[in-house]
Amino acid sequence: MRDAPRRHPLLPNLDEALVAKMLEKVGAGSVDELFSDIPQKVRLGRKLKIPEGAAEHEVRREVQSKLAQNMTPPNSLCFLGGGVWPHYVPAAVESITSRQEFYTAYTPYQAEVSQGMLQSLFEYQSLMCDLLGMEVCNSSLYDWASAAGEAVRMAGRVTGRRKALLAGNSGTQRRSVIGTYTEPMGMSLETVAYDKARGTLDMGDLRRKLSPDVACLYIENPNFFGGIEDAIEDVVGAAHESGALAVVGVDPISLSLLKEPGGYGSDIVVGEGQPLGIAMNFGGPHLGIFAVRDLKLARSMPGRLIGMTTAASDPSRRAFAMVLQAREQHIRREAAMSNVCTNQSLMALAAASYLSLLGKEGFRSLGEAVISNSHYAARRLGQVTGVVSPHFKGAYFKEFVVSYRKKKAETVYRQMAKKGVLAGYPVPREFGLGAEAGSYCVTEVHTPEDIERLASALEGAL
Amino acid sequence: MKRFRQAVWDEPLLKELSKPGRVGSTFPVDKRVRARIRDPLSLVPSSVRRESVNLPELSELQVLRHFNRLSQMNFSVELGMYPLGSCTMKYNPKVSEVVASSDGMKNAHPLQPTETVQGLLSVFYDLERSLSEITGMNRFSLSTAAGAQGELAGVLMIRKYLRDHRSARDEILVPDSAHGTNPASAAMAGFKVVKVPSDEDGQVKARTVGELCSDRTAGMMFTVPNTLGLFEGEVSEICEAVHQAGGLMYYDGANMNALLGRARPGDMGFDVVHLNLHKTFATPHGGGGPGAGPVGASKRLAEYLPVPVVSKGKDGYYLDNSLEHSIGPLKGFVGNSGVLLRAYVYIRLLGASGLADVSSLAVLAANYLWKSLDPEAFPASHGKELRRKHEAVVSVKSELPGAAMSVAKAVLDYGMHAPTVYFPLIVHEALMIEPTESEPVEMLDEYASALNEIYARMKDRTLGEAPRNASVGKVDEVKASHPLTLKTHW
Repeated sequence: MRDAPRRHPLLPNLDEALVAKMLEKVGAGSVDELFSDIPQKVRLGRKLKIPEGAAEHEVRREVQSKLAQNMTPPNSLCFLGGGVWPHYVPAAVESITSRQEFYTAYTPYQAEVSQGMLQSLFEYQSLMCDLLGMEVCNSSLYDWASAAGEAVRMAGRVTGRRKALLAGNSGTQRRSVIGTYTEPMGMSLETVAYDKARGTLDMGDLRRKLSPDVACLYIENPNFFGGIEDAIEDVVGAAHESGALAVVGVDPISLSLLKEPGGYGSDIVVGEGQPLGIAMNFGGPHLGIFAVRDLKLARSMPGRLIGMTTAASDPSRRAFAMVLQAREQHIRREAAMSNVCTNQSLMALAAASYLSLLGKEGFRSLGEAVISNSHYAARRLGQVTGVVSPHFKGAYFKEFVVSYRKKKAETVYRQMAKKGVLAGYPVPREFGLGAEAGSYCVTEVHTPEDIERLASALEGAL
Repeated sequence: MKRFRQAVWDEPLLKELSKPGRVGSTFPVDKRVRARIRDPLSLVPSSVRRESVNLPELSELQVLRHFNRLSQMNFSVELGMYPLGSCTMKYNPKVSEVVASSDGMKNAHPLQPTETVQGLLSVFYDLERSLSEITGMNRFSLSTAAGAQGELAGVLMIRKYLRDHRSARDEILVPDSAHGTNPASAAMAGFKVVKVPSDEDGQVKARTVGELCSDRTAGMMFTVPNTLGLFEGEVSEICEAVHQAGGLMYYDGANMNALLGRARPGDMGFDVVHLNLHKTFATPHGGGGPGAGPVGASKRLAEYLPVPVVSKGKDGYYLDNSLEHSIGPLKGFVGNSGVLLRAYVYIRLLGASGLADVSSLAVLAANYLWKSLDPEAFPASHGKELRRKHEAVVSVKSELPGAAMSVAKAVLDYGMHAPTVYFPLIVHEALMIEPTESEPVEMLDEYASALNEIYARMKDRTLGEAPRNASVGKVDEVKASHPLTLKTHW
């Protein structure tokens, strides 16, 4: 039997005759000859030790059956938060982001044929500016944590100061990422304590730690526990008094009910755009929000920015283009504000379509559903014996901490998972709450039946 | 010339389309919840309560129409050839999208117990092993979100390694042909950038590197093949020279599409590597992201990788934060997981032989396209006698400034995307063309004849203003960034 001719769906020129034709034009005797400039000693000279490829239907089955082993909604309940939250992604958002015109394109370097992405990103920036109450929002960074890292770097750059205060009730992972990003700048980081009863920032400790060498305060609202920082205006005011910038990290869904960060004086706002129509995706791709107070600060900000302009020959024809590129690495190289190049444009498109779909009324209804469900759940869990829920006395939005009188949070968390309930992520020990506190997140996707199942799983785990 | 017209919709902004009283998606509160929580607004302290949110009001159909119309004004890989040099705009297999939209991917939470996500972790573990084998590295961290973040991780690893070995070396060598992200990443990591000149053949010479090395040299960032599309013939000697001087070698994997199954950075002597999965491993570019930029290390530097890494223990796979010397995390959670999964699917579709074919055919396509161009019009800037690798860089011959831009804008009218222009910076009027293995040879012919025709029209001055067939004529980019007219939101 003769060998089947080599064919592959992804390789249109694999056929021997085509290769021969192409080689002729190139003036080479073989494909190997095209690689003859690679010195012998660095040539691999053997096949890669990875399995041979398989046909599409085989790969699809193989990978999908691996994924089917995961315990995920709708075959389980997820009440986890901590920076990635279970929210509903409207079908219309999925429809928009799965258009190949958007997702198979790249950065809109040729503005004339890329107006679709450019306008979408401009719309994203506009919607975010309104939501955040900020003057300028870039067209995305990788995620919340890396945006926070960039923000603290920027604060150091703008103020010339080399110390940052980090709220002790902000996400530990985000604080670690800030550390990785700022270490080379010689930035020192200091933690501001939080009020152990309310879960909110300790104003006294903040005032003690603010000094003329502080570049910024990084605070999250809602904080890691889900608590609402009701004195945020005073916090920001105190930072400003000592000449520090206020960098505020947000869950954008909370801004359906909470005052916009620009409204209380934030200088830089960062946050996680994932709840705006992006699936949890096991931690990414998500959407790093990055916005600044004014145009002056914008000149020092990282990331791409889209502007509105016109056609060159027709000033009545609206058009969009990338702007202020002189901040960026492809122009400024080592003097750039950041090295960021590929960012998360498709996720910004998701957020823009999500926000416009919900709109003024839908977004408000979402906020009310979230805060109602979370309080309904927190109270229900409070009825379970051996549980204090919510643990903190302060106001909260969609996440809350629950403490257990006798059991370790780690045990409870794993026990509940066995019942198909993913909930009660153990509060990291850095917060100093002991090992008996778990974190819960309840959103619009959770029904009273789900919450009942959560309560009984918790009961069973205690 | 085939006719092409991009759609034109004078599509207003969402806010201009808005009318009070409409909504595209709502979330009513459950009756039973409402009975218990009567006034949700009272749960928000008055000091931080928001009165209203200014968002547009549109129906679901209106939102879809808006974005669908915008999508028609966006050129993409599935519409036509997109040979953007250095970006590897290859075809993104549909099956990857289907698999990535499985519940087991989309709905997985990064903080759920590892025993409940073994399927996904096993995929990441296999992906990590494959990338290590493909590059000749000891281990990869999949956590970095894009190429530039991978670069930052890599230079931070070099920095930490040297600090741990009591060295305060503070200079990183970067060739003059390098991507802008290289010097930007080095600077972010606190290094001073020392530029290494390329020779007239577009090659970095070991001797030049040796002369620039000193006891301040922390390492070198090196792209192979380089941005001129040429293999760096002295790469091993350069690695040796830098190592001898006490520095470490960083491999920028942006152009790895040329070398799959042919050569591995690990065998060349590199200590740290990043890969762009959205380039070489066919994950969609998303209109400017998301990508993924995993970073790999030799044995010597493996403990310095950013956390988490995926490990396998007696109870299965887990996310490992325990690397002794890790530079720490650079991103929240695991990485751009959805992108990692797509790259894994791609590797499974091709396998060992298929990946080698990818590079063979990508290199063949670049050389073929290059040889199809009029050599008078588009002379190679460097190394005329050398074979190209994944891409070809030519210099548009013209007395008029802006010739490369004119060619780029004109080719858009043919229904094809422009090459990368004015990069690398060391090439006058540069066009950087990377066709990839995805383009059938007929498309390569079509592209070459379009460029040749454009040059002929430029020469006899009949080219005129371009583009004329795009959604909009030439965009006023000066006005866009001018302080008096700058508008970044509406």
